[in-house]
Amino acid sequence: MTQTEHYILPDIPEYHRIDVYESNGGYAAFRKALGMKPDEVTDEVKKSNLRGRGGACFPTGLKWTFMPKTSDKPKYLAVNGDESEPGTFKDRQIFEQNPHQLIEGILIGCYAMGITVAYVYIRGEYGKWIKMLQAAVDAAYEKGYIGKNILGSGFSTEIYLHKGAGAYICGEESSLMNSIEGERGYPRIKPPFPAQRGLWGCPTTINNVETMTNVPLIITKGWEWYSKIGNVKHPGPILVGISGHVNKPGVYEVPTGVPLLELIHTYAGGIPGDKKLKAVIPGGSSTMILRADQLDGVCMDADSLKAAGSSVGTAGLIVMDEETDLIRILSRLAKFYHHESCGQCTPCREGTGWLHKVLERFEHHQAKTEDIDLLLDIANNIEGNTICALGDAAAWPVQSMVRRFRGEFEKCLAPASH
Amino acid sequence: MLNEENLKKIEEIGKRYPEAKAALLPALWIAQEQDGWISEETMKQIGDLLGLPYGHVLGVVTFYTMFNSKPLGTYHIEVCTNASCQLRGSDKILRKVEHVCSAGAGHTSPDGKWTVNEVECMGACGGAPMIAIGEEYYENLTPDKVEEILRKLP
Ligand SMILES: Cc1cc2nc3c(=O)[nH]c(=O)nc-3n(C[C@H](O)[C@H](O)[C@H](O)COP(=O)(O)O)c2cc1C
Repeated sequence: MTQTEHYILPDIPEYHRIDVYESNGGYAAFRKALGMKPDEVTDEVKKSNLRGRGGACFPTGLKWTFMPKTSDKPKYLAVNGDESEPGTFKDRQIFEQNPHQLIEGILIGCYAMGITVAYVYIRGEYGKWIKMLQAAVDAAYEKGYIGKNILGSGFSTEIYLHKGAGAYICGEESSLMNSIEGERGYPRIKPPFPAQRGLWGCPTTINNVETMTNVPLIITKGWEWYSKIGNVKHPGPILVGISGHVNKPGVYEVPTGVPLLELIHTYAGGIPGDKKLKAVIPGGSSTMILRADQLDGVCMDADSLKAAGSSVGTAGLIVMDEETDLIRILSRLAKFYHHESCGQCTPCREGTGWLHKVLERFEHHQAKTEDIDLLLDIANNIEGNTICALGDAAAWPVQSMVRRFRGEFEKCLAPASH
Repeated sequence: MLNEENLKKIEEIGKRYPEAKAALLPALWIAQEQDGWISEETMKQIGDLLGLPYGHVLGVVTFYTMFNSKPLGTYHIEVCTNASCQLRGSDKILRKVEHVCSAGAGHTSPDGKWTVNEVECMGACGGAPMIAIGEEYYENLTPDKVEEILRKLP
């Protein structure tokens, strides 16, 4: 195992306290940024090749350049801590262990984009963790890092937390904005994109919690240093949440580009009872399932997982041993997407329910051979036909499971059709 | 109905947003913290406060699963049964909870002590299987541990 230093979840006791954070160099990046031109800050982030940790791996610096430089309307930042994708539990660790680095990243982002108000949207179930982050925000206000004329720089910005209330869809960025505005969490049609018309029709940037927590590192140590951590095209430290059939489930900070098999066997201590690996879902429930025999040389970075026929997503690695009933897992996920569909688009609202119903037939060994193709047909009709990507997220697990584990479905046919 | 102190809190929170409507979710949370649920009268009160029709407030309350438009039992037990928890035995955890609480998922026990719900992923997959009781997470559970936790509650 390559033992690396931890930059997102440092092994320093009491790091969540502002005095401990400061005495370890905390808020120096923000001070440094305040001495730079805003464009220089954005440029630094752009050159670092930091890519979003919220699921789509979108280049962060590039996203920041979409914001208009001058605007007669206020500009906003919405930080995404909805973290509701099954298999994902990393942002919670940041709220708990390193809230000030997140706050510092938010402040740097606000300065770079000329933003005066940032909202951090956190899922309602994280009540305890919202209080932890709020305590850190309060401490930062007290020390003058947030508020009016910060550190005498003339730059002002506010940070407010906004509590969600149990809706996976609110992690989708346009739905998140509707939720902040006091609406049901319905996704919006794009274009217009958030940088043009976001919160209250004003220019808005949305970034994930972990993404923002990476930003101070880039400013302190420079883009060159950052861009050399891990995989060149998708660099930096990444939080991998490993769950399912492993001896030591949990969140592991690693450089991007670590082989999945190393994550499973070395970091997470292998599979209980020395059972064999059957499959993994590499990056949260929406990413395509991979068979154990497809994992040779596959690493936790955007290119490698794409080449393998899946994606990094939220780096929530779900591990399944040889005895796993994959049909039950898939059926449970289909139930999830059906429950969480906001109901706006017919293909998703109806299709997710049909997927679940057909999968239940397999679960109860009542399916017919045609039902395998029916599943694909339904999934294909959802994919690409909805306002937001929840539809795709519901379709991909089904499509990949049928393609890669057809035998599992055939084992679940009703006796008569054998 | 919201008390004076909480009405003031909502007014204060409203200042964080350029439009009154944005205080709706925070206001609903304050109401639910006060009463444990959100009654029709409270929804109307919040609507009046923020200048929103009752229908809008109701629509929002029913959209979000965490808002309760009916009172719950003294303890709200939420059992995650999504993929990572299922892989580590959440079936047995749910059965144990239902048994100890004498309430099936989606129901409140006859004595009003427990409300049991099967829920979607709560972001604690590294500690699967897990349950939440109110805001508190309990992770790395076995049926025996769950029983012990529940029986200790007054
Ligand atoms: C259904 C759905 C749920 C999502 N949930 C989350 C989430 O919980 N957290 C998150 O950061 N991004 C989530 N996203 C992605 C966001 O839309 C957005 O791409 C992301 O927050 C951008 O941040 P990043 O560029 O820093 O990754 C979700 C997307 C979809 C379609």
